[in-house]
Amino acid sequence: MKLIFSSVVNGCRHGKLIEVGRKGSKSLDIPGCLLYTRTGTAPHLTHDTLSLIEGVPEPVHLTLSTLAEHHEVLEEYKEGIGKFIGMPDSLIYCAQNDPASPCPSGYNTNKTVSVWGGGGRIELTLTKFMAIQQAFKPDWYHCMADGEPLPPGSSRKRINKSVDRTLGFLDECLKVHQNSEVLKDAEIIGVIEGGDILEERLRSARETMKRPVGGFLLDGLQGESMTDDLKLDLISSVTGELPVDKPRLIHGIGKPDEVLECVSRGVDLFEGFFPYQVTEQGKALSFNFKYKVDPEAEEKSLAVPLHQVQDQQLSSTCTSVTHEQCEKNHIFAMLHRNGSGDNDISSKTSDCDGKVKAFSIDLKNEQFRDDFSPLVEGCPCYCCKNHTRAYLYHLLLTNELLAGVLLMIHNLHHYFAFFQSIRNALKDGHLKDLKELIAKQKV
Amino acid sequence: MAAPLSLRIGAECPVTRARLCRLRLPHQALHTPVFMPVGTQGTLKGIAVPQLEALGCHICLGNTYHLGMRPGPDLIAKANGLHGFMNWRRALLTDSGGFQMVSLVELAEVTEEGVRFCSPYDGEEILLSPEKSIEIQNALGSDIMMQLDDVVSSTVTGPRVEEAMYRSIRWLDRCIAANKNPEKQNLFAIIQGGLDAELRTKCLKEMIKRDIPGFAIGGLSGGEEKDHFWRMVMLSTEYLPRDKPRYLMGVGYATDLVVCVALGCDMFDCVFPTRTARFGSALVPWGSLQLKHRQYAKDFKPIDEECTCPTCKRYTRAYLHALFKSDTAALHHITIHNIAYQLNLMSSIRESIQQRRFPEFIQQFMKRMYGSADKYPRWAVDALSAVNVKLE
Repeated sequence: MKLIFSSVVNGCRHGKLIEVGRKGSKSLDIPGCLLYTRTGTAPHLTHDTLSLIEGVPEPVHLTLSTLAEHHEVLEEYKEGIGKFIGMPDSLIYCAQNDPASPCPSGYNTNKTVSVWGGGGRIELTLTKFMAIQQAFKPDWYHCMADGEPLPPGSSRKRINKSVDRTLGFLDECLKVHQNSEVLKDAEIIGVIEGGDILEERLRSARETMKRPVGGFLLDGLQGESMTDDLKLDLISSVTGELPVDKPRLIHGIGKPDEVLECVSRGVDLFEGFFPYQVTEQGKALSFNFKYKVDPEAEEKSLAVPLHQVQDQQLSSTCTSVTHEQCEKNHIFAMLHRNGSGDNDISSKTSDCDGKVKAFSIDLKNEQFRDDFSPLVEGCPCYCCKNHTRAYLYHLLLTNELLAGVLLMIHNLHHYFAFFQSIRNALKDGHLKDLKELIAKQKV
Repeated sequence: MAAPLSLRIGAECPVTRARLCRLRLPHQALHTPVFMPVGTQGTLKGIAVPQLEALGCHICLGNTYHLGMRPGPDLIAKANGLHGFMNWRRALLTDSGGFQMVSLVELAEVTEEGVRFCSPYDGEEILLSPEKSIEIQNALGSDIMMQLDDVVSSTVTGPRVEEAMYRSIRWLDRCIAANKNPEKQNLFAIIQGGLDAELRTKCLKEMIKRDIPGFAIGGLSGGEEKDHFWRMVMLSTEYLPRDKPRYLMGVGYATDLVVCVALGCDMFDCVFPTRTARFGSALVPWGSLQLKHRQYAKDFKPIDEECTCPTCKRYTRAYLHALFKSDTAALHHITIHNIAYQLNLMSSIRESIQQRRFPEFIQQFMKRMYGSADKYPRWAVDALSAVNVKLE
């Protein structure tokens, strides 16, 4: 694939990736986000309800957390994961860990990594990892990586190991990749680790760059172990090292303000799990991304509703949790997914202490009981054009499955439109305005 | 002004009592026999309106008890009725709330006034009277409303059955009087009488004297012996006027639908197909597939190779099996398929009546479903025989 730039200003990259995919026929805009899936499905959505959303991006983001347990099935199926999940024509990116589920640390070894699926921990050797990739046949995948979240104050030795292991995994993956008929048109993404140590981050970047990878993933930045400032500095430093002509992905970053900070620091592609987390809280994304130069129009567009819930910061997705806590969360989540349709969306947590910051409205709030306006005024999505806040309030109160469907439709639409506004802002030279607009809505 | 309901008979089966009709309602015209999916709380669990429309659903149910509790009739009236609230443009039928009273609520007390019970949400005492039920249904604005009937389980015998039957007649009259919207909403009566032919006949003769646009056959589909069940259905269609729709409440298993169409029923509702979907059970012409079971883990066929629903066109049994434990979308896929199955079944039934080959259709259906004649359920054989279909 090739990267074509429309502009690069102060390290902010705007352009297109072309000749993407195993058939070389796809293209995608950057900066952009991926279509987040669980077990190959956009949460709550079927093909038809997903089609109601405008601007659904490619690639489709799969995770081994949610799919590795079906490896044998895919080996027998033989036709690849895309067709299996009902998306035969989509660009498929296969990643390792699910950003919306906790991933306990302490299980990776020199030869294996662990992912956490519905049935518990799955240990992957390099052989198994590559066997899965060959059965899945993705367009992109990142090499096996030791990116488990490291607790604050992790030893240099441990961080050093994460870099070494990941490089070792990359080399072994490449060996198999280059000899594989099935993967010959797929791109392998190199993974940059290094914890919170600049030196290690740079080492990881420089070494990874030497290998024939199609792009780079900034990993291991999920978690609580570093301050925002440190995180952003590390990101800058890493992207500063990387070649300009290959895409940079990042895992674990989803909030609008954080996305913009990363775009400013040379990141191209983001996971799209944030709208899902918002949905699971019974909330609708409502933040305004329509940056305007005209001050009058700006006044109007900044009218943040007084009732907007001031929630706590959503902590990052992959935190250091204990094994027991993780199992409990899995069981908790599964108990709420019983077959009788009583899917209690409002109390489900897919991460350990998730509360969404004020970029959204909480539709379980009683004030919406008789509010017959759309979720977000002026939003052209299917949900806002056809349903009301009062209806969503009712669906959430009565634990109806449709709440998740409608919220997911709105939240994805809103998020994808946000990314379009980022691209527009870059085109128009107004990224600063967009950043200010978003920052104002943060608290 | 046009009546809010008209029924035109398009074709009648020369062998059985089946008929193909065109039913015109305020929001929608549709063909019967028809199966109506149940959208209890103002939503068909997990399915969006465009999906339901695309499946060819023209009428579905809303539930007066549930919606009367939450969000309540005042709010729904503000939302332009249930149609406005859930954004459904086609036809809606609401039941009276009577059945839930008795089946869901502990210590519900039935008197001549109505059904008295404690709200499960705030413990307040509520009286659901015929007037109250109609008031709520008027606010809901459904095309068809059901009278409040004195519901008694079909396994109950003795004087209670008779009491309930007579009371239901009195409540029908009160419902008729209470209807503030007779030009826009159709009130259906519900024939009671349990499994007692005499009582049922009395009820029929009385209720058909009233000037109402349609009749439901109630008090069945509650776990009674199938052998009694079909006889009561047949008795009812014997007496019910030919030119008004006959709605058999709570019936939705495929075999029951086919047989009861043959016995002369036009409209059916049942939670079974949608509820069973959420437990991973997919309906097929030869029974059902329990997709949660491990045997489907590597089964790469669609649920039904001949089904053209969105689920079968794109997803395999193996994928649905894998997805089931992981995401609600699995429930939606199977729900879509099961609704498609039911609607396609009715469509095939209508087509066969139109083409004067309904008896042949019945033969093929039974063969496909049960495999061989020795497996045919006794009651179905008897019921079909009573309308001149001898199963081979």
